[in-house]
Amino acid sequence: MSAAELDFSPAERSTEAARIVRPSLSYWQDAWRRLRQNPRTMTSLVIVIGLLAFTLAGPWIWRVDPANQDLDQLSIPPGAPRSAFIVEPYRAWTRSAPVPGAGLRLAEEASTQRVRLVWDTREDSPAFEVFRDNYPPTATALGIPLGEVLLSDGLAFEDRLALEPTTYYYSIVPVDADNHLLMNARETIKVDVKRVITLEGARQRGLIAEDARMQVGDQVRLALHPLGTDYLGRDMLARLMHGARVSLFIGIVAPLLYVLLGVAYGSIAGFVGGATDQLLMRFADFVVALPFLLFMILFKVLFGIGPGESGIVPMLVALVILGWPATARLVRGQILQIREESYVSAARLMGSPTGYLIARHMIPNTLGVILVTLTFAIPSAIFTEAFLSFIGMGVAPPTPSWGSMSNEGIKTMLVSPHELILPAIFISVTVLAFNLLGDGLRDALDARMRSVE
Amino acid sequence: MWRYTFKRLIQGIVTVWFIATATFFVMHFVPGDPLSDARATSEQIRKNLEARYGLDKPLAEQYYIYLKNIASGDLGISFTQQNREVNDIIREHFPVSAALGVLAVVFAALGGILWGALTALFRNRMPDIVIMFFVVLGVSVPSFVFAALGQLSLVTLNDWLGTSILPVAGWGSVQHLLVPSLVLGLGTMAFLTRLMRSSMLEVTGADYVRTARAKGLNATQIFIRHQLRNAILPVVTVLGPAIATITTGGFVVEIVFAIPGLGRFFVQSVQQLDYTVIMGTTVFYGGFLVFMVIAVDLVYGLIDPRVRVR
Repeated sequence: MSAAELDFSPAERSTEAARIVRPSLSYWQDAWRRLRQNPRTMTSLVIVIGLLAFTLAGPWIWRVDPANQDLDQLSIPPGAPRSAFIVEPYRAWTRSAPVPGAGLRLAEEASTQRVRLVWDTREDSPAFEVFRDNYPPTATALGIPLGEVLLSDGLAFEDRLALEPTTYYYSIVPVDADNHLLMNARETIKVDVKRVITLEGARQRGLIAEDARMQVGDQVRLALHPLGTDYLGRDMLARLMHGARVSLFIGIVAPLLYVLLGVAYGSIAGFVGGATDQLLMRFADFVVALPFLLFMILFKVLFGIGPGESGIVPMLVALVILGWPATARLVRGQILQIREESYVSAARLMGSPTGYLIARHMIPNTLGVILVTLTFAIPSAIFTEAFLSFIGMGVAPPTPSWGSMSNEGIKTMLVSPHELILPAIFISVTVLAFNLLGDGLRDALDARMRSVE
Repeated sequence: MWRYTFKRLIQGIVTVWFIATATFFVMHFVPGDPLSDARATSEQIRKNLEARYGLDKPLAEQYYIYLKNIASGDLGISFTQQNREVNDIIREHFPVSAALGVLAVVFAALGGILWGALTALFRNRMPDIVIMFFVVLGVSVPSFVFAALGQLSLVTLNDWLGTSILPVAGWGSVQHLLVPSLVLGLGTMAFLTRLMRSSMLEVTGADYVRTARAKGLNATQIFIRHQLRNAILPVVTVLGPAIATITTGGFVVEIVFAIPGLGRFFVQSVQQLDYTVIMGTTVFYGGFLVFMVIAVDLVYGLIDPRVRVR
């Protein structure tokens, strides 16, 4: 740069320098702007709104009673086929005609009404043991024993035990004269079981109209269960929706109540100060020291559940009694800080009454922190509900909640995993959404607690 | 330091008294009658039973006897298991829960420190993103799902290998302990990882780290001697409450893995309304937790000289 290009003449004084170009934003507008910029927070906000819609509007659209049992479809996974063939009513097996073929074989087509097996004689065995399994049998595990067939009964077995429209593995094991199972001589066949229903049964269940002209061999469609059913044949989607009502109700209302209680308690302690403050906070310390889950259970017992009650209110009360001290401590600390601020002194000098000071200055200035606490309290309350319902100390059956559904689902997790996975996903997604929302809110509302990124 | 220790211990004893009192009055107002079962058939039997459990005395005297017994370490006799002392029950089942809990805390603390330090080292790079993804998963998935998954993966693993390398449920050996305690520690591990990460990031920007770097120390030495040692401090402070969370959170894992711990026993005694066992276990657990928190705080004082002054 040459010297000639440098301009040392005084610049013109700008009158625009101090002008504020952008509109001034209030604290909440600024927070909202920050929130919107955070994609994670916005996603979780959408999820939360979606969950609320699922809970509130869902049962309106999907009008299935969560307590209604569909005994034709027990523990069916989502998207399972739901057609059934119409058959004659059950008739005893006469075994008149010989069945062609050799070895273990089906006498007739297998259906949920009955599975009829026949096999050939063996010289050394006066009896046979029959087994059924849902999985290909191994050398030692053949499934559930169905019964023993003596040679004098004929070489045939009819299975009518809780048949489901799936694939079964039937095994027969010869038994020798000394009552030993001859495992090496066992025979296994794979049987696909077809779902059938009698005409009478279909009419009774309302699957076909009274005057409909249907005949044996026609297909009917069973009731629709988009997310499958549980082990009692109850619709999973309906139960998840009604369970969400319980879980989210406890998860949102309980923190709301105890955060409010904590705010009141903490602001009184912080504002009054002195010996009262010491006394109040000592008490809060004691409540914090109570073993949380043990006392949740004790309070649940204390408030007792009568017959026909769901147990939601006792859990709510217990959560409120045990949950408030954390917020109280936090708010007290905030109040102690704000009390010393000059704008509070100014307001006091101008003669503002205490109530006005608390309502106008203290609470609005702690609102950000309180909101963040509330958002983080929701997932932990949902966890507590799920935990208690899981160990059987939560809501009483048949009221569904995500925790109690998981509790029922874990018992059959190998055979029908959807009964555990679906409620578990709902709990996890809800907790995740509220956690992320809390993170975002904290970043947006409270500069001091902003997470390190 | 001694004065501080003494003060904390006195506070702890008062807290345990509060827990015991709260338990006593909560249990006293529980609806229902501990002797309403078939045993109390006639009036005379009922009176005898009440006298045996001291239920015929006025409330204040019952409370006094209760406190006196706790002070002398006697937690009473079970209502449902004849002649079995609550002390015996605790002695039998607590070591199981404690072993599980201690191992879980070790898993959680080591894992949390390790993963947290790693994420801070590889900040905003692949390892950080992957680990933080699992951390988010860890704080969002309920413990019973982890327990179910843990058990399921054990079943699959044993099935796949053809032999049983780790037992699926039950109790008796170290092998029984591994997976349940890992499952129990996962939630806390995720929480500690998060804490360790932010604490490490804070330390990385500290003046003494810059000074060390300016002195020409190599990165490993700075990492171990300056960053790690200072970043661990906040993790130690939350270990006390973490022990509380883990020991009471043991219920689920004990139920899923069929472990005969005190948590499972507590749930069972609540279902059977076994008053003395419920009260005894609560007071015992409460006392244990209170003193664990105090112990952790005192250890913290040893590690960090700055708190000792206060």
